[in-house]
Amino acid sequence: MRAPLTDRAIDVAELLSVVAAEGSGGTVVFLGTVRRSAEDGNVEAIEYSAYREMAEPELQRIVAEALGQWPGARIALQHRLGVVPTGEASLVIAVSAPHRADAYAASRFVIEATKRRAPIWKKERLASGEARWVEGRPAGGEH
Amino acid sequence: MSDIRVAVRLFASYAEAAGADEMTVTLPAGATAADCLAAVRAAPWAARVPPGPALAVNRRYAKGDLVLRDGDEVAVIPPVAGG
Repeated sequence: MRAPLTDRAIDVAELLSVVAAEGSGGTVVFLGTVRRSAEDGNVEAIEYSAYREMAEPELQRIVAEALGQWPGARIALQHRLGVVPTGEASLVIAVSAPHRADAYAASRFVIEATKRRAPIWKKERLASGEARWVEGRPAGGEH
Repeated sequence: MSDIRVAVRLFASYAEAAGADEMTVTLPAGATAADCLAAVRAAPWAARVPPGPALAVNRRYAKGDLVLRDGDEVAVIPPVAGG
């Protein structure tokens, strides 16, 4: 698998090419994007940081678990670190499988496990110049 | 038995509060991950570290009762917010 963490904009087409296969009947792409909303205030960007040496293997373990559960699937994932402006993707998960049900299920598994287990944090940068840590949820290990 | 030294890694708001993202903690032989956490939480900056944060030992999530060895890397993991 390619490196799951990147400091640059994520190339969705490249991830799609990684999961492309003649036996695939469906491909699901999930994009997590930085949003601006009333409750969050005037967020201009989010700065992502990680425990890189653990996040990389943890993301690889999550993908391996999904492949164990949906053996016909192909999965590519990248999480962006550093400053990500509003509207840009912070996370992309591409899953192809012979049948769409497996592609949707594996995609859902990977995003939920990533949010629960990847040691990644974010700090919102507001238009006012302020920055604040986003209160996350307690990290959980496997399952 | 001699003491052990472990590397403690801090991240995000915890690292900001500590003013450091890494420190060395000396513990008695046989100490657990929870003992290491207690030593970290004893510092004045650690008021914002809750009693039971997630811990990782050598880059995998670990329970508090895991016995540490000399040279281990213990990470105190703030609530995560990836995705």
